[in-house]
Amino acid sequence: MQPESLSFVLVGHVDHGKSTLIGRLLHDTNSLPDGKMEEIQEAARAEGRELEFGYIVDHLREERERGVTIDTAQTFFSSDTRDYVIIDAPGHKQFIKNMITGASQAEAAVLICSAAEGVQEQTRRHAYVIHMLGLDQVLVLYNKMDMVDYSEERFREVRRELREFLARLGIRPTLEVPISASRGDNVATRSLNMPWYDGPTALTALDKFRKIPPATEKALRFPVQDVYHVDGVELTAGRVESGILRKGQTLRFMPGGRALAVKEIRQYLSEGLPQAEAGECVGLALDGDAPRRGRVGCPADDAPQPTRRFQATIFWLSPLPFEPDRGELTFKCATQEEPCRIAALRRRIDSGTLESLDAEDGRLMETEVGEVLLETDEPVVLESFYDVQELGRFVLLRGHDVVAGGIVTHTAGDAAPAHHETIS
Amino acid sequence: MDHLTELENKSIYIIRESYNQFDKIAALWSVGKDSTTLIWLCMKAFFGQVPFPVVYIDTSFHFQEMYDFRDYCVDRWDLDLIVARNDQALAAGMGPENKLECCTALKTQALKDCIAQYGFEALLLGIRRDEHGIRAKERYFSPRDQKFQWDYENQPPELWDQYSARADEETHIRVHPLLHWREVDIWRYIQREGLEVVPLYFAADGMRYRSLGCQSCCAPVASEAATVDEIIAEIETSSIAERAGRAQDKEDAYTMQKLRALGYM
Ligand SMILES: Nc1nc2c(ncn2[C@@H]2O[C@H](COP(=O)(O)OP(=O)(O)O)[C@@H](O)[C@H]2O)c(=O)[nH]1
Repeated sequence: MQPESLSFVLVGHVDHGKSTLIGRLLHDTNSLPDGKMEEIQEAARAEGRELEFGYIVDHLREERERGVTIDTAQTFFSSDTRDYVIIDAPGHKQFIKNMITGASQAEAAVLICSAAEGVQEQTRRHAYVIHMLGLDQVLVLYNKMDMVDYSEERFREVRRELREFLARLGIRPTLEVPISASRGDNVATRSLNMPWYDGPTALTALDKFRKIPPATEKALRFPVQDVYHVDGVELTAGRVESGILRKGQTLRFMPGGRALAVKEIRQYLSEGLPQAEAGECVGLALDGDAPRRGRVGCPADDAPQPTRRFQATIFWLSPLPFEPDRGELTFKCATQEEPCRIAALRRRIDSGTLESLDAEDGRLMETEVGEVLLETDEPVVLESFYDVQELGRFVLLRGHDVVAGGIVTHTAGDAAPAHHETIS
Repeated sequence: MDHLTELENKSIYIIRESYNQFDKIAALWSVGKDSTTLIWLCMKAFFGQVPFPVVYIDTSFHFQEMYDFRDYCVDRWDLDLIVARNDQALAAGMGPENKLECCTALKTQALKDCIAQYGFEALLLGIRRDEHGIRAKERYFSPRDQKFQWDYENQPPELWDQYSARADEETHIRVHPLLHWREVDIWRYIQREGLEVVPLYFAADGMRYRSLGCQSCCAPVASEAATVDEIIAEIETSSIAERAGRAQDKEDAYTMQKLRALGYM
């Protein structure tokens, strides 16, 4: 039996207790190697430091920096029900690029917020990123409850503030747990210090995250990745991004709209597949010349209108700001690639406060968010991110560098953004 | 979709992306379980024919079983094999007496020369994120600069299967299609696919090899696992602690770090 495995990204303001929580989880789930704890205790004593749980992770990290081989324990641990991969994201502002990379590979997010310090800038910025990446499973941990005398009132106060911010982003936390990472309250074991709290521990709350099923119920979208010639047969290779592709079906390859019947669906050693589902990489034998990379196969009766102008929200990732008169950008979505430009910057937002900034000069700085009108040279096939994520998310390149990540909020250039898509 | 199928599809997508982006590409194949899994995934990605060369770095000190297995696979899968060997250093008597120098000459330099000779822009490698601490920082597409070095503090962001195909100055890109696999996933996949591996992985007389390389520098570990099933059971039941207990010793780890700084994989 393969146990289920779920990856989550751990985010939060620096010093709110991420390392301590990881150390605590590893320790309390017995995921630390034998002897490791003693070794760490010894090292702490030698340095004249008191042993804290965060020190476990510091110690492992330091080993990592030195390039010393270490076990898998620091990123993998198991509860009674499944395996977890922790994607640890540094809390400093300059690491936002790594945080986004990590979060884009996660299935869920854990946001840690100190009940002592309260909601801070990176708490909000990370929440914004979680929202933008479409991670809708969010566990909020209110940490350092021991520093506020396990006060229910303080917990409610910080929770109210964070809930209010999250609500503006449309995030409803899956669960909210008051913990003390350093003392272990409500992490893996229920705390006796907070009798007023009767919800799950952090570990049981993690077990409540769902595995995200592939997008099989959505409309079929099959972006062409490449074309191969195998034993005299032309195979159109790609991954089914959403929906189900069936043998015998006629696909329209957009833009252009050429209709081609699927004669055969192949994987190596299984030639005659009846169908392929979202997430599967296959090769298609079609009854005509293979379409080129970037074309998107859609059901003949449900093909979207390709577009050159659309609305999007982008997160600027480059230390070099976006300047309207500095060259072209490249738009990449699934396997589509097109030169593009930002035709209008409608709103410029500080991702750490959600405040609107002056958008007059059309510039965007690192970590800023822009609500923009994008214009590609040739039409592209898109979906609203809220309908089909796989064709509603993209990156922008300047030269060879990825400078922004973005989501499509409206596939038409002129429509008013729907209510839930704007931040109020 | 089950876990292994999910891992497999993600890897195949990355392999196909890299082949689409680079004309001059090759896979690095040590004949170990990970890179053999990588070659198998390439077979699957391209419907039974790997369309680029596979590079075997030959120190000339490998186990005979490895050479045998290599030739067996090349024949069976019709692979385009390139053997990278630093004959000059070997002729000058380089050997495993000094591990660091020996690895640098016979692995790193041999690979550098091979990349230069064939002009490879990209190399596929079968490394996993759980293997080494520092590898937790790797990206799927990871640029190496002219000195072969890796600036991991300042890597390009990697979002939604959009991989930066090239930066401007580096010599080549390393592509890591197996980054998200764990050791136990590899063995379960080997079992599911019925893949063959070098027999040295299986216990004989209470010992087996967990990783393969030069005869002089590989030590077997105590184990009774004589089949793939038994190896999986061994990994599953042994606590993480036992697994970690088999990690390289401190001195070795230091060597690894140095090697990495010098551009070894
Ligand atoms: N009292 C108390 N201190 C904590 C708790 N969690 C973390 N800390 C302390 O807060 C500081 C920052 O924690 P750390 O885990 O390094 O934060 P990170 O930057 O988010 O990884 C350290 O000094 C920890 O010991 C907690 O639950 N209670």
